[in-house]
Amino acid sequence: MKKKYEFVKNAAGRLVPTEVNGKAQIPFLGVHGHRPTGQKTAPPISSCSDYPMDGNKVIDSIAEALKLAGLKDGMTISSHHHFRDGDLVMNQVFDAAAELNIKGLTWFPSAAFPCHGPLVKYLDNGVIHHIEGSLNGPLGKYVSEGKMDGLAVLRSHGGRWQAIQDGEVHIDIAVIAAPTADMMGNATGDRGPSACGLLGFGLADSLYADKVIIVTDNLVPFPCIPWQIQGQNVDYVVVLDKVGDPEKIVSGTTQLTKSPDRLHIAELTAKFVRAAGIMQNGFSFQAGAGGTSLAFAIYLKEMMKEADVKARFVRGGSTKYLVEMLEDGLTDFILDGQTFDLEGVRSMRENPGHINTSPFTSYNWHGKGNFASMLDVAVLGATEVDVNFNANVVTHSDGQMLHGIGGWQNCLFSKCTILPIPAFRGRIPVIVDAVTTLVGPGELIDVVITERGIAINPLRQDLIQATLDSGLPIRPIEEIKDEIDDLLGGIPQKPKLTDEPIGVVKWVDGTLLDTIYKLKQ
Amino acid sequence: MAKIFQAGPQGEYIKSDCQVLYTPGPTPLEIQIKSKVDALFSSAIEQLATSALNTLGILTGKLQIIDFGALPYVMMAQIETVIKRAHPDIKAKALPDFKDHAKYETLSSRFRRTRLYLPGNQPKLFTNAGIHKPDSIILDLEDSVPPGEKDAARLMVRNALRTIDFFGAERMVRINQGSQGFDDLDAIIPQNVQTILIPKTETAEQVIAVEDRVNFILKQEGLKYKVYYLPILESARGILNAPQIAMASKNNTGLAIGLEDYTADIGVPRTLGGKESLFARSMVVNAARAAQIQPLDSVFSDISNEAGLRNMVKEAKALGFEGLGCIHPRQIQPIHEEFTPSSEDLEKAMRIVIAAEDAAARGLGVVAVGSKMVDAPVVLRAEHTIQMAINAGALANDWKKEALQ
Repeated sequence: MKKKYEFVKNAAGRLVPTEVNGKAQIPFLGVHGHRPTGQKTAPPISSCSDYPMDGNKVIDSIAEALKLAGLKDGMTISSHHHFRDGDLVMNQVFDAAAELNIKGLTWFPSAAFPCHGPLVKYLDNGVIHHIEGSLNGPLGKYVSEGKMDGLAVLRSHGGRWQAIQDGEVHIDIAVIAAPTADMMGNATGDRGPSACGLLGFGLADSLYADKVIIVTDNLVPFPCIPWQIQGQNVDYVVVLDKVGDPEKIVSGTTQLTKSPDRLHIAELTAKFVRAAGIMQNGFSFQAGAGGTSLAFAIYLKEMMKEADVKARFVRGGSTKYLVEMLEDGLTDFILDGQTFDLEGVRSMRENPGHINTSPFTSYNWHGKGNFASMLDVAVLGATEVDVNFNANVVTHSDGQMLHGIGGWQNCLFSKCTILPIPAFRGRIPVIVDAVTTLVGPGELIDVVITERGIAINPLRQDLIQATLDSGLPIRPIEEIKDEIDDLLGGIPQKPKLTDEPIGVVKWVDGTLLDTIYKLKQ
Repeated sequence: MAKIFQAGPQGEYIKSDCQVLYTPGPTPLEIQIKSKVDALFSSAIEQLATSALNTLGILTGKLQIIDFGALPYVMMAQIETVIKRAHPDIKAKALPDFKDHAKYETLSSRFRRTRLYLPGNQPKLFTNAGIHKPDSIILDLEDSVPPGEKDAARLMVRNALRTIDFFGAERMVRINQGSQGFDDLDAIIPQNVQTILIPKTETAEQVIAVEDRVNFILKQEGLKYKVYYLPILESARGILNAPQIAMASKNNTGLAIGLEDYTADIGVPRTLGGKESLFARSMVVNAARAAQIQPLDSVFSDISNEAGLRNMVKEAKALGFEGLGCIHPRQIQPIHEEFTPSSEDLEKAMRIVIAAEDAAARGLGVVAVGSKMVDAPVVLRAEHTIQMAINAGALANDWKKEALQ
């Protein structure tokens, strides 16, 4: 039986439900509109006396650890996605929960991947009630089809910290897969046979969850140096044969594009950054992991060399391309949020300028400032952008739910946010009159760069002035849209959606920005 | 069992194209559509299919479309192809609108540093080809299209010429040899084709035959625009007849060489060094120069070897060629860069041109730069260098204003 939802219109004019998965919601109040008050949440008080004095917290199995942690029906289990599609832990965690005959769990991963497809059976039989986190692969499809009991709650990486810190999500048990750990629970991600880089996405979980379980396949004698997760926050340590497949840590989105059109867009983007005067000594940038963003970094690197310009810091998603910049002396630091390839992992171990960070330092709404808003330029992807510069990353123009938000929303606060995107994909338009799902408010999106020209948000007269004589193909966004509508055969019809929500999109402050509906069959 | 006719690509990973099946029969027309972009374009596709079949006069039988995001002009071409495979006697055409952006003009004197080959049966490569700013695009009906697909490619290219914005690139088509080539001309000449590439040209008569046919079509259709010719020499015989071929038509704009076929014809492998084709290439340069048209070099076939490509351009430039063929958009920029004059050459050329104008203004017959006298051919070459720089975007059109300040 499907639940009935009540809707309210938010400050962006989108209808959002008043309640999600049993919790009352605040509608989006504007980009800076929401200021919660009160105290941050806190984990229960613990005492050393309840823990082994010799520091040895090693438990035999995941099931045993879950039992000791007091796993009960309806609890929330969290995990991080640093292994991406190579995670071998979470399927075992829910296998164990199922064996313990537990029902109605909420899974709160920072992201789920195709490797978690086997968990569909636990959604079907009620072991897992619903998932809150970025969804890919079979789980994404399952939710798109409206089969999950609760609503998918899509949050940014920063929004996940916000939800943990202000108590919107209470984590009962955090399971943190760690490539290297000691018996006390000190853990690191940059070494060991399953090295994945850093563990920043699990950091909030380790600080705020009631119980914390470290799962590792590389137990080293105390102390595990360096540690990103502190043993003082850990309850149990479980040792498995293998926690992750490092080959699959390298995600498919980190391949450099070979498409001449995408390379063209990437080159235009680098030229824009140079022409706008952003590429100066001491500047900073962040480029995502998509093929076009990676190519942008390569073009920019050449221009930096040519102009003898050095960056102060680069934010990653680190890849071998950023590592090359660091090792060639083109940036002082990589402030790394997640490591996308094995070169990144190596560099993190070897280069003192390659720093592991977390969504708290980089993205968090409840921090006293964050790195993302200090960036001179952020280069991000999108599935759709409309003529008001509103952007979408979670659905396509045909209404299919496809992607998680990642750090995307958080990076919109950079001083110059650029979306290098094709104007259309096949016959699917990317520049549209109104986005299917609102994920990024247009006031934060400064430049859209397509193969058919560069559109600058009219709010950014400074950028328009700075690039006036650049010779770059700068055009109104409406003109690009008209051009592709003509090419694709007219303005497309809207996808036929039901009035049945399957998910919601949170803004970085925890308010509800938009609703994702089930497609009509 | 009724025979089923087919058009469109086969196999996996089809993108931006569609398969169309038609079963002729006495029953009223039935249209079935399955599309990857149903959610966005289901009614537009239905409308397009109905209207195309109506134009072609099809009232019965069964049409099935399996669509992988084909643009409208592509789908129209595939529908027309399948119908004409079933009924070769049908003369009607399902033409897409002739867009204004497809009606721009060209000049015989324009630069042709790069000409990008696009296989005529791969429309997904057409859409963004102009974005990479080649000087010319070639919609190819000849070697890149398999024999059984010539009819389909002809309609595809015809429709593309009416629809796609190539953003100022010269609109070229390489036709087939012989009578097939004449069928190609019938379909494409009325679509503002600017240059016809005549493959495997061996005699001046071949060029004249193509020109006669083109003039006939232009007259028949009441069209006034000029069509230019670019014969491609790909055999020993062609090379030896190069002077006659170059002068065969006053609408020849260039003479090109095709090295893969040429080396095969003389029975040697094509090498990176290119010693085996030195005579042929020099012949093409001299024949073209004698006819005051552009000598254009062959293609470089290894897409991933940019250094090799740059070497070939350097050598081509040194031999006297003004352009190369491209088989991938990635080759365009390196070629343009190599054809861009160096800043020293450019500065020298600017000084010479300014001195020449100054001399002319003062009624002096002799041009001097500093203490050096400059001959007329040197001035010509300097003007050429400046034009190359302007064309490459390395110099503003009104460079003189700034230089004189």
